[in-house]
Amino acid sequence: MTARGTFPHRLLPYLLLAPQLAITLVFFYWPAAQALYQSLLREDPFGLKSRFVGLANFRRVLSEPSYLNSLEVTVIFSVATAVSAMAIALLLATMADKIVKGRGLYRTLMIWPYAVAPAIAGMLWLFLFNPTMGTFAYMLRSTGYNWDPLLNGNQAMVLIIAAAAWKQISYNFLFFVAGLQSIPRTLIEAAAIDGAGETKRFWTIVFPLLAPITFFLLVINTTYAFFDTFGIIHAVTGGGPGKATETLVYKVYNDGFVNLQLGSSAAQSVILMIIVIALTAVQFRYVEKRVHYG
Amino acid sequence: MIGQSRSRTVVAHLVMIVGILIVAFPIYYTFVASTLTLREILRPPLPLLPGGEFFHNYYAALFGGIGRIGGVGVDRLLINSTIMALGIAVGKIAISILSAYAIVFFRFPLRMFFFWTIFITLMLPVEVRILPTYKVMVDLNLIDTYTGLILPLIASATATLLFRQFFMTIPAELLEAARVDGAGPWRFFKDILLPLSRTNIAALFVILFIYGWTQYLWPLLVTNSNDMNTIVIGLRKMISFADADTEWHLVMVTCMLAILPPVLVVVLMQRWFVRGLVETEK
Repeated sequence: MTARGTFPHRLLPYLLLAPQLAITLVFFYWPAAQALYQSLLREDPFGLKSRFVGLANFRRVLSEPSYLNSLEVTVIFSVATAVSAMAIALLLATMADKIVKGRGLYRTLMIWPYAVAPAIAGMLWLFLFNPTMGTFAYMLRSTGYNWDPLLNGNQAMVLIIAAAAWKQISYNFLFFVAGLQSIPRTLIEAAAIDGAGETKRFWTIVFPLLAPITFFLLVINTTYAFFDTFGIIHAVTGGGPGKATETLVYKVYNDGFVNLQLGSSAAQSVILMIIVIALTAVQFRYVEKRVHYG
Repeated sequence: MIGQSRSRTVVAHLVMIVGILIVAFPIYYTFVASTLTLREILRPPLPLLPGGEFFHNYYAALFGGIGRIGGVGVDRLLINSTIMALGIAVGKIAISILSAYAIVFFRFPLRMFFFWTIFITLMLPVEVRILPTYKVMVDLNLIDTYTGLILPLIASATATLLFRQFFMTIPAELLEAARVDGAGPWRFFKDILLPLSRTNIAALFVILFIYGWTQYLWPLLVTNSNDMNTIVIGLRKMISFADADTEWHLVMVTCMLAILPPVLVVVLMQRWFVRGLVETEK
């Protein structure tokens, strides 16, 4: 960092920082510390006494079949959501990149689902596919397919993946379009002169050059699928049928806030914290290579 | 530019159109449903074109006193969401720009420690500290208040990072010149820094307004009474009582009303939105 001009005040900078710091301490650090502390305690059934149990809560949580199930659900859900949202967005972005006339209009039409709340995205898809009144459910059933996401776990999973991926397409689209525009035309032209066809040019030049942005989006989409899709699951399936769509975040909410299992919920919170830290670390390692602080 | 055959361009347009149809269809169909009668909605498949009940349904949902969730009108829910989204956007921008100002333009003990303190909040989203945060909210009497909906969400590592990054591109000479002319920290902030930050503020505002409007877990935790619900939570409550009596045509209207404000913000402020998105996530 280069030396730069500053103001010689002593008290003022602390006053400027005070509001932000106060909020982070009261609403972030204090509760997070509480979660860490609680995760090492076990309360008696009446919530009167608690005793230190070390890592017992973690051992119990990690050996619980329902926790392992929700871990599996989360992984399947996240991978499917991230991959399908990114694949569709990449296809559309490559097409948009070829279009000169009307590019702006296409972009405008593509971006607005970004503004739809995840929970509402879920409700829109539920409306189309719910077995009693959904038009698509009706069509599926009239072809003889036994569609009922309220009873069939796999179908429920497909439904929330579709809603979650749908909501994320516009976001990925914008980033891929930006990435494609930054690829030097000369490279592609050189390949064309050498006789490489369009498909070959895509896989040997364009796709490798998009790798950094693809990786970045993979991290962002995974984080999205882990944390921001709570609304979709809460509004559409409520974790069911059975526990077929109960992700880790949904389970933390359900065990802690609804079923009031303090120790277990706190241990789950801490595990989630570790996951977020890992994801953020990966994300910023990548960012450091790209962004140059002046 | 490589010559491109006409047929390839046509294919590109076709794929884009199909893509847009898929992206737009769920919202379009909800709009169609919001213009039908309840009887028509309950008899799938729905028509592809809007029906004739547009004014009737929207009027009934907005002013008719029906379509209420636990006695609360849609207007109240929309107001709650607006207050929350605006409060979060303005609050985040305000406290982040002040923090970044302190960190970049002052030298004081523990400066980097504070910077990291703010930065690490990135790793502590609500989802990983649900219960203890709820307890803090109860202890501070913030359940069912606008303060409770807004205040805990306005700490922002990303906005602080963004402003910090931008401030660091401002040449030191500018500050020196301002000081020579006798400008104090407040003067410099108000007359030089704020005007220079206008585009960043606009870009962040769009992103943060949408962030605030689409919140789900937080309002679910900190509101119990129906008249403090946001429209997204209210809508969820409407469909969760899904039985024969649910007035689906009004649910659809509510759905459209919940989608419209943030979509308008995105479309009307598209330039800022794209900029804000690409910059905040870097």
